[in-house]
Amino acid sequence: MFAISVSSGSLVLVSAVFLACAVEMVEALTIVFAVGHTRGWRSALEGVVVALVALGALVATLGPALVQIPLSTLRLVVGGVLLIFGMQWLRKAILRSAGLKAKHDEDAIYEETVAELKATGQAIGRDRLAFVMAFKGVFLEGLEVVITVLTLGSSAHQLCLAAVTACVAFALVVVIGVIVAKQLSSVPENAMKMSVGILTVSYGTFWVGEGLKVSWPGDNGLLAFFVVMYTLVTWGLVVLTKSAHPSEKLGAHA
Amino acid sequence: MSEKKALPIRLLKGFATFWWDFLVGDTPELFLAALLIIGSIATLRGMGDNTAAVITLPVFVICALAISLKRAVNAAKKK
Repeated sequence: MFAISVSSGSLVLVSAVFLACAVEMVEALTIVFAVGHTRGWRSALEGVVVALVALGALVATLGPALVQIPLSTLRLVVGGVLLIFGMQWLRKAILRSAGLKAKHDEDAIYEETVAELKATGQAIGRDRLAFVMAFKGVFLEGLEVVITVLTLGSSAHQLCLAAVTACVAFALVVVIGVIVAKQLSSVPENAMKMSVGILTVSYGTFWVGEGLKVSWPGDNGLLAFFVVMYTLVTWGLVVLTKSAHPSEKLGAHA
Repeated sequence: MSEKKALPIRLLKGFATFWWDFLVGDTPELFLAALLIIGSIATLRGMGDNTAAVITLPVFVICALAISLKRAVNAAKKK
């Protein structure tokens, strides 16, 4: 009989990396689909390949460098970044859930990108604009994936697990994306972003404490407590925000 | 001579812009809150008070989030 022991820290790490990567990849895929359908797939796919190579080079450069940084310093810096990043995501997700901010609409982004590309006219031969747009979309969204994987993975000393999780998320998003074609709006993005926000803030809190030599009761087990606590707080804040201004609307998707 | 800036300058500017948007963006209050949280917890640890640090850190995070949401709601009110 096999006893499989999964620590709460690893579980939180896998969930955070998977959801964060999936969200960013859905955004990148939306742009690539829009470019491919409008201007042709050749230049769009070339842009994707070059962006992936550039991201790979970045990982190869930054990965070993991060390992050289003392763990407490790394955890403090990473914790601070995750705290800011997580609070930003959580804030947006709460405002969207409360109806105070427009939901991130992949269909709208797709239509906007298509309209923008059509307005420039069709290129003859190699399409530079399609290449640049696909490259930019994949590189910028991919950069966030790289930062998530490197920071979460290296701080938890589980870079390999984080990288594998990101690859699984990538494969799943691509497969699902190809199957559903451009209907990526069916992905429950706000719920995913809210989960990422909760997990990232939990990690951020934990690592800022670790970086500052705070002795957490229960060590890694406290991460699970943070996740539950921030989930309850988020629910409370959604209710409070909804009741504060049920009819007000904020700006468009960001 | 072209007025276009040199590639290293453009790359540096792009790098700085990316991190500014990533960390500060349209919520500078959250960036400042994170710095204040780190500063206050470092002070508490310096004083040797671990219990206060354990309690204060998540409480400050929740307060920062609540204040930022309050700002957003107030901004919506004014529109």
